[in-house]
Amino acid sequence: MELEEAFLTTQTLPYGLQVKAGTYFTEFGRLNPQHPHSWSFVDQPVINTRLLGGDGLRGPGARVSWLPLLPWYTELILGVQNANGETAVSFLNTDFALNWGGLTVDREVATLADLLRSVRWLNSLSLGSETTVNLGLSGLWGPNRTGPGGKTAIYGGDLYLKWQPLANDQGWPFVAFQGEVMHRNYLVVDNEFYAIADLPYSPVGTHTDFGGYAQLQWGFKRGWVAGVRYEQASGPDDDVREYFPVLQDRTRLGGNLTYYPSEFSKLRVQLNLDGANFLEQGQAWSLWFQYEFLLGQHAGHKF
Amino acid sequence: MKVFKAQARLMGILILLTAGPTAGKTLQIVTTTTDLKAITEAVGGDDVAVNSISSGRQDPHFIEAKPSYMLQLRRADLFIRIGLELERGWERLVLEGSRNRRIQLGSRGHLDASAGIDRLEVPTGAVDRSMGDVHPQGNPHYWLDPYNARIIAGTIARRLGELDPEHEAEYARRAVTFTRQVDEAMFGSALLEGEDAERLWQRQHDGNLGSHIEGQSGTSADPGTGETQGWQAQMAPFRGAKVVTYHRSWTYFLDRFGLVAAGELEAKPGISPSPGHLKTLIETMRARQVPIIIVASFKGDKAPNLVASKTGATVVKVPYSVGGNDQASDYIAMMDQLVTQISTALSRSVL
Repeated sequence: MELEEAFLTTQTLPYGLQVKAGTYFTEFGRLNPQHPHSWSFVDQPVINTRLLGGDGLRGPGARVSWLPLLPWYTELILGVQNANGETAVSFLNTDFALNWGGLTVDREVATLADLLRSVRWLNSLSLGSETTVNLGLSGLWGPNRTGPGGKTAIYGGDLYLKWQPLANDQGWPFVAFQGEVMHRNYLVVDNEFYAIADLPYSPVGTHTDFGGYAQLQWGFKRGWVAGVRYEQASGPDDDVREYFPVLQDRTRLGGNLTYYPSEFSKLRVQLNLDGANFLEQGQAWSLWFQYEFLLGQHAGHKF
Repeated sequence: MKVFKAQARLMGILILLTAGPTAGKTLQIVTTTTDLKAITEAVGGDDVAVNSISSGRQDPHFIEAKPSYMLQLRRADLFIRIGLELERGWERLVLEGSRNRRIQLGSRGHLDASAGIDRLEVPTGAVDRSMGDVHPQGNPHYWLDPYNARIIAGTIARRLGELDPEHEAEYARRAVTFTRQVDEAMFGSALLEGEDAERLWQRQHDGNLGSHIEGQSGTSADPGTGETQGWQAQMAPFRGAKVVTYHRSWTYFLDRFGLVAAGELEAKPGISPSPGHLKTLIETMRARQVPIIIVASFKGDKAPNLVASKTGATVVKVPYSVGGNDQASDYIAMMDQLVTQISTALSRSVL
């Protein structure tokens, strides 16, 4: 059992401001803030796992969001969260820093720079009454555990487009496109450990990696959704990739079919074709089955 | 770090630039449905500007909490909902997303139009998911009884008066006018002459209006034609007629006009019609000679047409809200459509 989120949201601040405080998924991109049960695929894209962690980036903190009175929906979110913990892989997570031969020093929180800072700018436009487009830009800045002064920055852009006729049958039919790209700068700082560790390469410096995914979902009949997704994750410089297969270039093509017997349960079958140099013959097929049901009261989902 | 500081500074400047008061002289109102919008416009006149979140051609149970709705609500002075959990799936998200403290639950700018409504189908025991999408506070489709439209108009007029005391008398006057329009559409002006409208509604509901009219020796009849008028007259011949509906949305309408629900295409509220259930329903409809199937205009045709083809019943696709079809331009026009389509289909039905 694991508690994913527990937070409070203000409802009485003026000027379209809202503060959220507690433990919550960082509002970076479109997929990261979503709970796994609302994912459109069994798994999350490789780039999300690499940059934001297998369980999604989350932690205790607070953020302020502002919805100005403009002719279109535009929302600006600024947040600070604890950069520590197993869910913050690109930041003060120990395992990830070890990958780089880092010192994994303990870092105290002394200034804002020791926290995870996040910015998100979300825009939403209605194209007629049946199509909505969401466009977002996000940024994350925080310390990493490779040594004092080690820091990470992640930038992302996301697009979500959904068509659903007004006369729909409990949400069907619909077509939804979703795509995200993200890019990471990971600064590994020099420390005395590297001199004695006899590493085959020097990890010191800024390593960049990036990736993205694009997926299309078609809710063709009430209760049924077919989906296809292509994704790519490009690892950092060659030296590092050679020694850490987990950071090598990856591609993945996935297709799935989901059936929702009710609002509270789903059945899913998914086929993935993974491509990576470290795989035998460079690729691997995998077949997934998923059954999920929800217990208890459950709030609706954000668009 | 620099980026962060710059963002914070920019945000501060923008807040100052756009922090002016939102409303001009007219009250900005957002309703969840077009029926509430139509009634609010009738009561509010030129003193209000009203937007509805759902369009009248869509099912208000299943609205997505789109950001554009949050933006509408951001500017609103008043939010009016049907309540009884009709909007449960999305209301909290759009209210919270609006950051508008004036319209949050418990504020004066948050109005539940179900206040004062005589609720039907309030479950007596515990409600759980095995029963389908049952509304624990009662069936929420109360706007489909024209009597309830009068109550809604009164509720809205009182709240508008509280929010805008300067125009209180006008809101009250327009509510009376709207009520009179509904009464006339229901009974015809002749029957209303010298009669207490409330008593007519009560008699009609109890099925005693016919004997009352006879007792009045024709005073209720239209002097021109000698016939009674209005929705009640159109529907009166079909009191006791059996109907099947798609969803249990028509309870209040059926109750008003004395029609009897012989079943629904959905086995349980909100659950898709299953072949097994439809088979049983077809047998029931044959045995009980059910002549019509009432379906909201946004519902699919497949299941109703299948059942109709096996039973000889007529599918009547009707607007379920204002804007549900081209003719249903306001509340009275919508109810006119409903009554005319259903009474016509019933009068033609030969089983």
